[in-house]
Amino acid sequence: MSWILVTPLLVPFATAIAAFLLRHRPAGAWISVAGSAAALAASIVLLTAVLQQGVVAGQMGGWPAPFGITLVADRLSAVMVVITAITGLAVALYATAEVTERMRYLGFHALFQVLLAGVTGAFLTGDIFNLYVWFEVMLISSFGLLILGGRPAQIDGGIKYVTINLISTIFFLSATGLLYGMTGSLNMADLSQLIPRVENQGLITVVAMMFMVAFGIKAAVFPLFFWLPASYHTPAFSVSAVFAGLLTKVGVYALIRVFTLIFDHDTGYTHTVLLWVACLTMVTGVLGAAAQMDFRKILSFHIISQIGYMILGLALLTPLALAGAVFYLVHHIIVKANLFLVAGVAERLTGSTALGRIGGLYTHAPLLALLFLIPAFSLAGFPPLSGFWAKYVLVKASLDIEHWIAAAVALAVGLLTIFSMTKIWGEAFWPPHPDGVEPKLSRLTRAERWRLLTPIAALATMTVIIGLFPQPFITFAEGAAAQLLDKTAYVDAVLGAQE
Amino acid sequence: MRAPRPAAPLTPAVRSGPAPTATPTQRAEETAIATDPKSDRRNGIAGWAPVLLSATLFAWFCTFLPAVAEGEVLLWQLDWVPSLSVSLSFLVDGLSLTFLLLISGIGTLVMLYSDSYLRGDPQYARFALYLTSFMLSMLGLVAADNLIALFVFWELTTITSYLLIGFHNDEADSRRSALQALLVTGTGALAMMAGMILMGVAAGTFEISEIVAQGDVLREHPWYLAIMILILAGAFTKSAQVPFHFWLPNAMAAPTPVSAFLHSATMVKGGVYLLARLHPALSGTEVWLWTLTIAGAATAVFASLQAMRQTDMKQVLAYTTLMALGTLTLFLASGSAYAITAFVVFLVTHSFYKASLFLMAGCVDHGTGTRDLRVLGGLARAMPLTALAAAIAALSMAGLPPFIGFIAKELGYGGSIEAASSPLLVTGAALIANALMFTVAAVVALNPFWRRGGETPSKPHEADWQMLAGPLILAALGLAAGIFPHVLEHYAAAPIAQSLLGDAEKAKELHLWAGVNTPFLLSLATFALGLVLYFARGALRRALESTVGRLPDLDARWDDVIDGLKGFAAWQTRLLQTGKLRRYLVVIFATYAGVMAVTLAMKAAVVVELDFSDLILKQWMVVGLIVTGAAIVTVTRSRLAAIAALGTVGIGVALTFIVYSAPDVAITQLLIETLNVVLVSVALLRMPLLDPAGTHDHRPKDAVLALAVGGVVATLLLCVLAVPMDMRLTQFFEEASYPDAHGRNIVNVILVDFRAIDTFGEITVVVIAALSAYALLRTTGRRDRA
Repeated sequence: MSWILVTPLLVPFATAIAAFLLRHRPAGAWISVAGSAAALAASIVLLTAVLQQGVVAGQMGGWPAPFGITLVADRLSAVMVVITAITGLAVALYATAEVTERMRYLGFHALFQVLLAGVTGAFLTGDIFNLYVWFEVMLISSFGLLILGGRPAQIDGGIKYVTINLISTIFFLSATGLLYGMTGSLNMADLSQLIPRVENQGLITVVAMMFMVAFGIKAAVFPLFFWLPASYHTPAFSVSAVFAGLLTKVGVYALIRVFTLIFDHDTGYTHTVLLWVACLTMVTGVLGAAAQMDFRKILSFHIISQIGYMILGLALLTPLALAGAVFYLVHHIIVKANLFLVAGVAERLTGSTALGRIGGLYTHAPLLALLFLIPAFSLAGFPPLSGFWAKYVLVKASLDIEHWIAAAVALAVGLLTIFSMTKIWGEAFWPPHPDGVEPKLSRLTRAERWRLLTPIAALATMTVIIGLFPQPFITFAEGAAAQLLDKTAYVDAVLGAQE
Repeated sequence: MRAPRPAAPLTPAVRSGPAPTATPTQRAEETAIATDPKSDRRNGIAGWAPVLLSATLFAWFCTFLPAVAEGEVLLWQLDWVPSLSVSLSFLVDGLSLTFLLLISGIGTLVMLYSDSYLRGDPQYARFALYLTSFMLSMLGLVAADNLIALFVFWELTTITSYLLIGFHNDEADSRRSALQALLVTGTGALAMMAGMILMGVAAGTFEISEIVAQGDVLREHPWYLAIMILILAGAFTKSAQVPFHFWLPNAMAAPTPVSAFLHSATMVKGGVYLLARLHPALSGTEVWLWTLTIAGAATAVFASLQAMRQTDMKQVLAYTTLMALGTLTLFLASGSAYAITAFVVFLVTHSFYKASLFLMAGCVDHGTGTRDLRVLGGLARAMPLTALAAAIAALSMAGLPPFIGFIAKELGYGGSIEAASSPLLVTGAALIANALMFTVAAVVALNPFWRRGGETPSKPHEADWQMLAGPLILAALGLAAGIFPHVLEHYAAAPIAQSLLGDAEKAKELHLWAGVNTPFLLSLATFALGLVLYFARGALRRALESTVGRLPDLDARWDDVIDGLKGFAAWQTRLLQTGKLRRYLVVIFATYAGVMAVTLAMKAAVVVELDFSDLILKQWMVVGLIVTGAAIVTVTRSRLAAIAALGTVGIGVALTFIVYSAPDVAITQLLIETLNVVLVSVALLRMPLLDPAGTHDHRPKDAVLALAVGGVVATLLLCVLAVPMDMRLTQFFEEASYPDAHGRNIVNVILVDFRAIDTFGEITVVVIAALSAYALLRTTGRRDRA
């Protein structure tokens, strides 16, 4: 069983090495595309296996759990790996038109593939310390991507990014140490069995809160999100797209994993805190977006706001709410990465991302306007696009258990999301360009158009498909939620059915 | 991929005033098209395909008429998202079919009209696409039998309306109006979504046909009030009831066919449709009765007064639309047979005459270049057919016999004198509104054609057949329906009475002449009052300026709300996202310490065993070294000293490892510390010297925070140490290391075998760090040379 778990992880590493060796040739970029496609194939194999056999686990090095390191994929992990590969492929193709020769020479594609590998590893590991290692891989490769190009704004954002994220990993590491001190294990399935046996349950709760802060920083929740708006608008658009799609979602994934599998002993406390964090994150994030006048900064603050929705699903902890969180994760990654890709094309055509200085895209680039409108309206939760179902499920889940405040916040934030998304539309697309520029797509070369717009169109198509045919995706998310709430399949797959 | 475009953009609109209510916007963009030499270019497939589609749909819907008139209810069902109880189920009964026919019928005429009205517009394909999408969404809205499916179509009409109001996207006013309509109706829709979910949960089903069958369950349900308020929020915003009315007059920024179709005949009636559709489920309570009565009456009176103040034809018509929407809401407040029959007849009547008048206004605008009622006059000679359509429609609007408007008015009075809320209030409101409609009809549809007028921007000319078909047919329908009222009764009123009241027999019979009764006398009073008001309209306007004109202008308040929201958002963001890393770190550490301290205090039994008895001097010295090092780091102002002191702390940690017999870890630690001190010194010494204190000394606060974090973590650590350690892993590693993994050094075996994948990851980290550093040095180095 191991090989289907390891392949999605090894392919990006191999691709990174190949891309690095070919970094002085244009082929380096195409190696990255081919590798991403291979990773996508591998991840689909994994997802198929998970769908057919349930939770799949593999003991690395043949050492039985909990002594070695286990890789494990349930539905949540598998779908996250697939969506990582999809984002990877889309951005890799986009990057062939965006990344300069110089950036390629300095190792852009290698860094990019290692980042994908780190993200994939984080989704697949069943070991809490190993998760820390993947966080480090992600952190260092993302830092490299962030500062590649070396503009002062990038360095400034990069320093804030790396400092705050290093603090997060320190918190994470110390929490892991303390947890090990109390249980003597690092295997997450094993931990879920050992925690109830610890006498001082209050201490477990304190350690759980340490994890919450550590992952909260990664997921960019209130009041720990500072690094995200400080850095996401600075690097290449390919980089911010892959960051926007994946990085915070690893934090959200870690929160979901840890607060369903390991720390479900005192949900009255931990998940109530999460609920308030979710609401405050939704509100502060969207207000942040409403205050911005830059394409990418608005999108960055929206990420924060929407992380709140996902955390809300975790906090409510009902089958429907968790399904909503999983659905939201997948929807959000596709939509968010795509919006950053669109921002990149808009910047090329109009010369800037500052909303006051651009315009004319609706009149002169109607195709781009359409490709923006789909993810933008999906993000704002308009039917029949994916974001509507994501929002609907979470609101319904809140109302089902009569959690009025959560539902009201989710809806009000939806409105503010519309407000701030239409700001981009109303500034960059509708009005004429202030300098009279006609931002036609024909200003790009044929090759550029093809490479930049294909990934955008593909992701937009996915958004529409999820929106029009949501049932299979919701069924899948419900299955994922059931696996998260009933841990036996996960634990049995990792530790064997003996316990 | 994209259609070729003529190079010349549209001539910008000429406008006379910024405030839409007081000084209505006067646009002449249509003239610009008319005089553009390229404007004869046909719209091609985008021109005729929508007409064909809507005509086909209309014909198809007509085939349902006999069955529905017999009381049949047609149902289609298609699963969509069964696990969320969302289905694409459609239901056609009297109510739906009336709307379906109005939408597709008026749609056909509007599409035909638009093709000529916007001929040569480079964006026509886009326009036709939006308008067709709107029509299909609207059809879905009125046919959907599932609450969530209805909501989906509802929102689709909102989006298409947004795109259509903003069709003149180069103009700031259009963009503002589009956004305003989107946000106002969007707010209502989100509330409505919550209301629909609650309704579905309360009723145990999301199928409307099943929900309306259990009105009693809903009315008794503890959530009833919440459900009603939330759904009314959606309906009232969509149907522009006071105080959510202000977006509708602004929506007139859209091209005239859009105003005729969306913002008069169909979309704005979506809210009223929902009220009617859910009438059996929600009506019958005091709160429903009074809410709808007050909102409807206020809207009708307020709007008819406002209509008198306007000078732009489209603005006048917009306010009369508001009046109609208020009246329809008023009819739905009660469940009396009169009111429901009046609702049906007025719904149809209004759609006929209002769409006709809007299209007529478009013809006038197109033919003369202005819509200003102060300028227009004497057009009957140049535009005879337009004048004819206007006259017929206006007579129906005024409620004169033998037009259908007369019957509608009679029925309305019949309902109002029986009103369950307050007959006096309702009749009074109806009388004022109807009399004003009479006056407005004369002002807007007769004056421009028959009175003497001034110069118009371009020489008046008659519209072509495509633009005349709509106003003439719709106006004629108003006359035909008045002469043959039983057709309307048979095909609309009776089936709708069955949908809403459960009994087709309850529909009142429609008669042009019902004898001398109270409604007839009220009609006479209406005409008399209307005539008086017409001749005293100058005085009336002045009176209105000093009264209604002084009411708070919600449209202006809207800007305040938006500005306030932006201001608050900016304030909040400045507060949080300061841009200063120091502040971020303070917040993060304070959160960390605070969360842990609170949890420790609330949840954990703090059991700390401080037993120093086995510590000997050697260990105390190590502790002393670490503490001293840490203290020096915090107080020294010399960088070198700080780095060296930090190194001391590291060495202290290494010594601890030695004391507790882990020499290999200690060696690693020592190497790392040494390397660290060297590297950091080299790096820091090359950096420019900054005044570490600056003007403000943060160190006291930082010290408190550092002590708090340290204290909490140390307490937690001591608590954890009190928990007995499970040595399962260590035992396994000791036992398996040599026999199974063939290594004598357990730490090494852990690193390269048991947990090799960790090491693999960490090696990657080192490589990538080197790669990043190299890239950074190369890029910045290049810039320095440049």
